[in-house]
Amino acid sequence: MLDSLIEPLHYGFMQRSLIIAIVVGLICAVVGSYLMVQRLALLGDAISHSVLPGLAIAFMLGANIFLGAFIAGVTSTMVITWIRTRSPIKEDAAMGIVFSAFFALGITLITLIQKDNKIDLNHFLFGNILGVTVEEVVETAVIGAIVLLAVVLLYKELLFYTFDPLGAQAAGLPVNLLNFGLMVLIALTIVASMKSVGVVLVLSLLITPGATAYLLVKRLYQVMILGAVIGVVSSVSGMYLSYFYNLPSGPAIVLVVSGLFLLALLFSPSQGILTNPSPRSNTSFLLKELRGLLGLHSR
Amino acid sequence: MKMTASSSMFNLGATPENHYLISRAKQFERLPSLADQGSIMVSHLRVKYRSLEALRGISFVVEPGRMVGILGPNGAGKSTLIKAMLGLIPVTSGSVLYRGQPLVDQLERVAYVPQRSQIDWTYPATVWDVVLMGRVRKSGWFRPFSTPSRHIAAAALERVGMGEFRNRPIGQLSGGQQQRVFLARALAQEADILCFDEPFVGVDQKTQTVMFDVFHELAQAGKTVLVVNHDLGQSITHFDDLILLNTELIASGTRQQVLTPENLSCAYEGQVMFFNGEAA
Repeated sequence: MLDSLIEPLHYGFMQRSLIIAIVVGLICAVVGSYLMVQRLALLGDAISHSVLPGLAIAFMLGANIFLGAFIAGVTSTMVITWIRTRSPIKEDAAMGIVFSAFFALGITLITLIQKDNKIDLNHFLFGNILGVTVEEVVETAVIGAIVLLAVVLLYKELLFYTFDPLGAQAAGLPVNLLNFGLMVLIALTIVASMKSVGVVLVLSLLITPGATAYLLVKRLYQVMILGAVIGVVSSVSGMYLSYFYNLPSGPAIVLVVSGLFLLALLFSPSQGILTNPSPRSNTSFLLKELRGLLGLHSR
Repeated sequence: MKMTASSSMFNLGATPENHYLISRAKQFERLPSLADQGSIMVSHLRVKYRSLEALRGISFVVEPGRMVGILGPNGAGKSTLIKAMLGLIPVTSGSVLYRGQPLVDQLERVAYVPQRSQIDWTYPATVWDVVLMGRVRKSGWFRPFSTPSRHIAAAALERVGMGEFRNRPIGQLSGGQQQRVFLARALAQEADILCFDEPFVGVDQKTQTVMFDVFHELAQAGKTVLVVNHDLGQSITHFDDLILLNTELIASGTRQQVLTPENLSCAYEGQVMFFNGEAA
């Protein structure tokens, strides 16, 4: 069993994939925790879909595609903010409009490029962790180091800001700068994760590990650390599934992390659905759940 | 024309326009001394949300060492006033000065406690995490909380009687306990101006007693305590000064000056038909 896990690591491409899987699992969980606690999960989805046109334009210009993707991701958050503050359109509608428009533009551009170049749209959409180059590993590691350092150095400020933005602003913290910094961290994380999970499914690695940890521990840094462990385990497992069964890496990783979430949801010692049936109820638990699912209320 | 505390204001020539300025300046002759002591001067504050006018021409002075209640009916702009004073929402016109300088440039001297309903109480944080937030500014960027900061936060938590709840997740507290944790956070900030938005909503008697005790201590120590409060009950007797609002300023001054039947019926548009004279 162990041999069959170690054996693939003799290949250079598997070593590179392993590094990517670890870095991506780690930073997605840490940065994604901020999205979860601010109820901004949709924003992660919006930024990740919005990176595509930047990536395509950078490719056309011969520039670094990571840089293009990053600029497009940050631009999308600024457009969302601009629409929300300058019109009566609400934030969720603004996100929906902006990310679908960016995504459509990105797919159009990449489809055009694909005709003449060796670039595969599917790899950006669903990830291709087994196909990463040495340069991509270095870039991902550098991004990972920057993101983790920023979160460690700004931990107390970001905790205050994400918990009580008004209180933080009233204490004189530069909340607009903190918010922009957080958007930059999220865009960087998404760009670093494109290769392994792809832009369509990166939301899962951002939100699910933190949400799973949230069911088990009670403080933000604990959510981040446990979430990082869950993220790393999931993305490494997904990588092996991708290798052994020739699956697209993104969906494989997402299925693992979603499975872990389901376990925590059902069996968390403090908040599990099966381990903590509502104390007030004297109806049998399964019956109650079934009724809930069918939309009947047990009175 | 902006009023400033500079002495050149008093040496203007005698043109008709300057006559007006001089007479206005004389009204504020005590301004420099007030500014030294740390008064808050709100002048002609106006806030508009798109087409809706939330505050209109609000001017008043709050002196240090006073416990000030901000009163008015629902929708009168009480919370808006606090937020506008601290620059948390855009101000259409007017100024808020503290020690002669814009208050928004001195927010390190301010502690603000928002309404409890504005907070996500399912956030993964413990009581200790929240109280330590009061030390974020004082600890400085890019570093963990210092040992003195931890002592100050611990003392603040003890002061509000929440020391034993230090490791409790904030979602597992009662409303009153949550409010006391926020009071401890405000104490830990060691601010000169403390603002509380509806702190008595849904809190128990014990919490209310602790809060008024702390407010009195703060005022006696020369700090300014501003409390948004829509309750006209007995608790009003705790306040030294009152600011009565209904989009416009109805009255400001000592409790006795403000709590007149005329002022109250003006603010509440005749909806308060009774008036407890003993309260004043």
